[in-house]
Amino acid sequence: MKVRIHVSLKPGVLDPQGRAVHHALEGLGFSGVQDVRVGRLIELEVVESTTHDALDAMCRGLLANMVIENYRIEPMPDAGVQEPA
Amino acid sequence: MAFRAALVTFPGSNCDRDLAVALRNASGEEPIRVWHGNAELPEQLDLIALPGGFSYGDYLRSGAMAAHSPIMRAVVEAAGRGVPVLGICNGFQVLTEAGLLPGALLHNAGQTFICRTVPLRVENNHSLFTHRYAQNQEIRIPVAHHDGNYFADEATLDRLEGAGRVAFRYLSAGNGSRRDIAGILNESGTVLGLMPHPERAVDHDHGGIDGLALFEGAVRGLVAA
Repeated sequence: MKVRIHVSLKPGVLDPQGRAVHHALEGLGFSGVQDVRVGRLIELEVVESTTHDALDAMCRGLLANMVIENYRIEPMPDAGVQEPA
Repeated sequence: MAFRAALVTFPGSNCDRDLAVALRNASGEEPIRVWHGNAELPEQLDLIALPGGFSYGDYLRSGAMAAHSPIMRAVVEAAGRGVPVLGICNGFQVLTEAGLLPGALLHNAGQTFICRTVPLRVENNHSLFTHRYAQNQEIRIPVAHHDGNYFADEATLDRLEGAGRVAFRYLSAGNGSRRDIAGILNESGTVLGLMPHPERAVDHDHGGIDGLALFEGAVRGLVAA
């Protein structure tokens, strides 16, 4: 089973990286961008029996820093192997 | 009794040698070098020191991987028993990630690596590490970091300030730290984390010796205790 962990800075935590990307987008002439926040996407391949609680513990224990970050756990539907047509 | 310090080296630590020299000069004793993969610390330690550098290549977050290395379980346990712990730069980041100090170190506000000598104010001279400074003394210590932007929520910051746990404050920071905090203590004052590098200011050839009092304080405070 594939699981995506989306880690993002909490609202109110300064994101200098996001700000720099924002300025770069403006420099490229893209107008209308009001804010940019840069986060992190972590993809896990886990055995089917992995519980949400276990994933939650992984996020809290290591993958996200709860002082500054939020996380979202997104189990991916198993794409499986495509049979040839 | 001879001063016994353990100095932890993680893969990617690069200030461990300088820190060893500073500890040796202050105490007359060679610190015991400990590798990150060790599960146990030497016994009867007077100090545990975590050096600066880029442990584990700053993967995931600065200090995050090191905070979960085998030796850190022993460090957390020892800190719980009151063994003094000093974390400098990356060592400070490791201490916050390990939960021994509150808050977190974010990317510098200007997104640049800052490497220069900065003025600091000693905000609390009552701790083991700061008692050889005068209260509100201004000192000059080098900083060299990309992730030195201290962050904690307002309630935590108020709690730190109220309890005198801000040890050092930048007089000109430039890294975006909340309330210009450069170094903080734990509740019992036995764990200090700071971003500036006092081990780079212990010899006149360094251009200043304002870091010396921190190491001498730790050594003499313990020997006297």
